[in-house]
Amino acid sequence: MEQETLREPMLEVEHLSKHFKMSGKSILKAVDDVSLTIYKGETLGLVGESGCGKTTFGRTVIQLYRPTSGSIRFDGRELGTLKRKELVSFKKDAQIIFQDPYASLDPRMTIAEIIAEGMKVHFKLGPAETERKIASLLEKVGLGADYANRYAHELSGGQRQRVGIARALAVKPRFIVCDEPISALDVSIQAQVINLLIYLQREFGLTYLFISHDLSMVQYISDRIGVMYLGSLMELTDNQTLYSRPLHPYTQALLSAIPVADPDLSQAQNRIKLEGEIPSPIHQPKGCKFAPRCRFASEKCQAERPVLRELEPGHFVACHFAEQIQTEEA
Amino acid sequence: MEELSQEQFRIIGIEDNGTEHSARKKVGYWQDAWRRLRANKIAMAALVLLILLLLMTIIGPHLTGYSYEEMDKASKNLPPSAAHWFGTDELGRDLFTRVWQGGRVSMIIGLFSAAVSTLIGVLYGSISAFFGGIVDNIMMRIVEILISIPYLIIVILISVITDSKDLGTMILALTLTGWCGTARLIRGQILQLREQEYVLAAEALGVSPFKVILKHLIPNTLGLIIVGVTFDIPGYIFSETFLSYIGLGIQAPATSWGALASAAQANFRFYPYQLFLPSLMIALTMLSFTLLGDGLRDALDPRMRH
Repeated sequence: MEQETLREPMLEVEHLSKHFKMSGKSILKAVDDVSLTIYKGETLGLVGESGCGKTTFGRTVIQLYRPTSGSIRFDGRELGTLKRKELVSFKKDAQIIFQDPYASLDPRMTIAEIIAEGMKVHFKLGPAETERKIASLLEKVGLGADYANRYAHELSGGQRQRVGIARALAVKPRFIVCDEPISALDVSIQAQVINLLIYLQREFGLTYLFISHDLSMVQYISDRIGVMYLGSLMELTDNQTLYSRPLHPYTQALLSAIPVADPDLSQAQNRIKLEGEIPSPIHQPKGCKFAPRCRFASEKCQAERPVLRELEPGHFVACHFAEQIQTEEA
Repeated sequence: MEELSQEQFRIIGIEDNGTEHSARKKVGYWQDAWRRLRANKIAMAALVLLILLLLMTIIGPHLTGYSYEEMDKASKNLPPSAAHWFGTDELGRDLFTRVWQGGRVSMIIGLFSAAVSTLIGVLYGSISAFFGGIVDNIMMRIVEILISIPYLIIVILISVITDSKDLGTMILALTLTGWCGTARLIRGQILQLREQEYVLAAEALGVSPFKVILKHLIPNTLGLIIVGVTFDIPGYIFSETFLSYIGLGIQAPATSWGALASAAQANFRFYPYQLFLPSLMIALTMLSFTLLGDGLRDALDPRMRH
């Protein structure tokens, strides 16, 4: 990366955990000791299977959930110690776009009311000014001011997602968590929404945490990518390195599962089939979380949990044998 | 294929023929709901009937010139006639006057109790569900304790403590535990709505909890609330009937539909109209409330807009 030296951290997450108490005494470790940094102006992609804690991570980062332990710093300020007022002003800076455009808009509000909601909290605007702002936001997300007085159920999925984006933009945030913003949409609409997100990022200088299970979409939009498995970060590196030289066995398996459109290439593709099921996040393996399904697992993997370490500059892996695997593959 | 050159193209501009603009006029929420309600014939019929009944409980007692407590030994148990439109009771009192006088009491009890218990129930239930955890636990245990007390005991206790059996005492006695059912109902619904992404979105925007409850959670339980109210009103009218019947309710010479019906019950084989008329009014009131409630629920839901 050429602007390596210019990178300024926006969000620093250290040893973040979010546990949920389940019925009885069991504890669900949705996010388990995750550390990463998101730099200003970049898009960090977060991939993983469903139930791996991506969404919980995203929601905890913007303080929708209270973290169980760990620290989150935004612009160098520790979020856990913020007072109520400061927290509200943090919420102006950090927004979220939700996965399901059918559940994320209040069915009893018009589009204008939905978009105005955040503006009312953070800015003191007159009705005329508010209306003008709403119209310009709707234009920005490609909907047009005509939509202001409609209800959500009158719009299609893609249009609703655009409203969701406008709602987040209305408070002029600098950081947006995109929580699988396209997975509920038609394939033809997905590209439109992704391109809109990229356009808005350039226009407003936004920083994204882009959560998805769609590896090709993440590749398209992200600068760096993190791979999550069972609440832990397995690998984190820049976009190109991850796809060309994945070091974690889980990442390798994930990447080999991307469908290839060309049938000849598809035949030649060497698919790594994962055996078994993901362990339950309530009863997690003692050692490496991926060990029960890993081709390279040894006794050490069963006993000791690997920590995320920087194997090469900017390339983090949580695997005991990343070096050996790398040389073997080569 | 023939090569296309620049010269073959020219800019003709964009024709604005107005078809792109399908903007809808800004219509207020209540204006829109009223428009939808008006289109519903059954609900409108119920509304007209209800207004008529309410109007009669206000002006009815003054139409005949008889007082509801005036007895006339010469005209006991008369059938309906030109002089007494609904006949008279066993003390010679004019039934038309008494039915509307009683209706006044029944309506006030039904409307007031339902309003009070819905208000308390909705606030209590939504606070309990929204904050969850320990708050929810404590608030719901309180409700369970209140619900487990038989309401007859409460009514008796209250009439002993306050030493009165007037309207206010009745309403207090009926609503003291009456809101608990509503609170539970609303709590259940809001627990479900709480995890909806639009509620999370509002929280992410920094909207205060109180506003989230008021702007998102309660409006989205409105259908449930309205159905609850339309069941509550006849329910309270019935409860009052029962209390009057066992002597704990409205005391003579004041009356209510319930009291009228129970008084008429003794002689109902000989003078069926004495029972029939107040019962008819109870039935009509309940029917119109239920039908109107149905219509309101649909009218207040923007998803029903066509």
